[in-house]
Amino acid sequence: MFNVDEIRKDFPMFASNPGLVYFDSSATSFKPQCVIDKVTEYYSRYNCNIHRGDYDISYKVSKEYDDTRETVRHFINANSYKEIVFTNGASSSLNTVAYGYGMKNLKEGDVVLSTYVEHASSILPWFEVCKKTGSRVEYIPLNDDATFNLEKYEECFKTIENIKIVAVAHVSNVMGYIYPVKEICEIAHKYGAIVTVDGAQSVPHVKVDVKNLDCDFLSFSSHKMCGPAGVGVLYGKYELLQNMDTLLLGGGSNARFDSCGNILLKNAPDKFESGTPCIEGVLGLKKAIEYLESIGMDEIDKYVADLTEYAMNKLSKLDNVELYNPTSRNGIITFNVKNIFSQDVSSYLNSRNIAVRSGNHCAKILLNIIKVSETIRASLYFYNTKKEIDYFVDIIKDTTIEKCVDAIL
Amino acid sequence: MMDKEYKREIMLDHYNNPNNKMEINDPEYKSVHNASESCIDDITVYMLVKDDIIKDVKFSGVGCTICTASTDIMCDLVTDKSLDEAKDIINEYYNMIDEKPYDEDTLEEANAFDTLYQQANRIKCGTIGIHAIEDLINEYRK
Repeated sequence: MFNVDEIRKDFPMFASNPGLVYFDSSATSFKPQCVIDKVTEYYSRYNCNIHRGDYDISYKVSKEYDDTRETVRHFINANSYKEIVFTNGASSSLNTVAYGYGMKNLKEGDVVLSTYVEHASSILPWFEVCKKTGSRVEYIPLNDDATFNLEKYEECFKTIENIKIVAVAHVSNVMGYIYPVKEICEIAHKYGAIVTVDGAQSVPHVKVDVKNLDCDFLSFSSHKMCGPAGVGVLYGKYELLQNMDTLLLGGGSNARFDSCGNILLKNAPDKFESGTPCIEGVLGLKKAIEYLESIGMDEIDKYVADLTEYAMNKLSKLDNVELYNPTSRNGIITFNVKNIFSQDVSSYLNSRNIAVRSGNHCAKILLNIIKVSETIRASLYFYNTKKEIDYFVDIIKDTTIEKCVDAIL
Repeated sequence: MMDKEYKREIMLDHYNNPNNKMEINDPEYKSVHNASESCIDDITVYMLVKDDIIKDVKFSGVGCTICTASTDIMCDLVTDKSLDEAKDIINEYYNMIDEKPYDEDTLEEANAFDTLYQQANRIKCGTIGIHAIEDLINEYRK
């Protein structure tokens, strides 16, 4: 049974910051004590490198590290642990796809199809790779409210030649809508394109099944899903991972090399993991997944959806609020207080102990859709409460520019 | 010390009706663009200097109240000043922001920001336009 009061006890940030209303979990989530303990346990009890030492604790940590691949495989329902690559985070995963796969496979005249809602980490690597390969980025027309339109999407394949890659966010970090990735993949595959999915905002919130979605790549970060920062995952279908380049060469990724410069790389996933990885991060990620699974991803999804709906309903009744994604149910609430600059509002909220983010949220081309360059984003997770929303809405209701200015006087 | 109401009035007045906010497309002006790391404030400052005297300073772009008001006030303060005098005014402003002793009389309306140092997350809002003005002064002094 989902009990938010019990859940909050798992997160020491609440006890250390009494009264703090943390609505910025899309930037990074809080970590439960079990994840923090796992990280310190590694450093205090079996701190050594993986895959290198002929001694007991090295064997132990290597095994736990490798076991994490299986935990992640199970979590996203991949075919094999060999399809799970550990990276520095979603940005690193997305860059690996662009530079490792795109650079190798895109040719002059080819097209990467993407959207205006992408996070910088999902789209900027493609800008560069397209420049270098003579290919180009085209945008899928979305509905006016930035929801996905499958018909317009399929139309792209009939009007644009040589679409080789579709790069989309599963959930936009600003709009919060869940895009129909299963159908997106089905259509792309029909026309011979592959799909790379930015799962940074979806994997922490909903059950993601890569076999069901049939996506070719999926990228996500540990730190947005209760795990440590500095580690992320690149899932890729095995044959694609085998046929792409690694961005980093060095220890751990090669099977052998000689003085003439011949290098024989290991198979995926090892060939992508040169150098000592973020070991404590990987072990912490394992604990974070176990923690999320102990609550249940469906329970988390349902609770956050209810909470989002509750907040949207309350905010939509306020005359001074402009809501940009009222039908979104994934914890992301994007809005402005009318006639007040977003950062003035977010700083005022800070003075009332509410943490939100203002700006363009690394999605600068979204401006093309919502026609406003700066917004406030309140992002919820399963440890937030209706009581916090009530407090937040009460503050927003009475927010004036005078109060915003007074916050710095 | 200004009282709170007066400071609020100054800030909102310069935010709602900034007298120096306009885009300049005159090749005689030098300009510099400054965007904050948090990717919100995005300001371009234009400056015209003749015989080491700042004849005109204007700015354009997107900014919050603190960014807009502080830039607008500093444009007023440095207009018709020599480059050296302008540099001194800006240094006094930085002293105030850094919580060091400073000359209140020099800063006039900019004294409205005398407690900005208490809000770490807003200091860059209150300095982004000022840095741009300083860059232009340094450019002209080369």
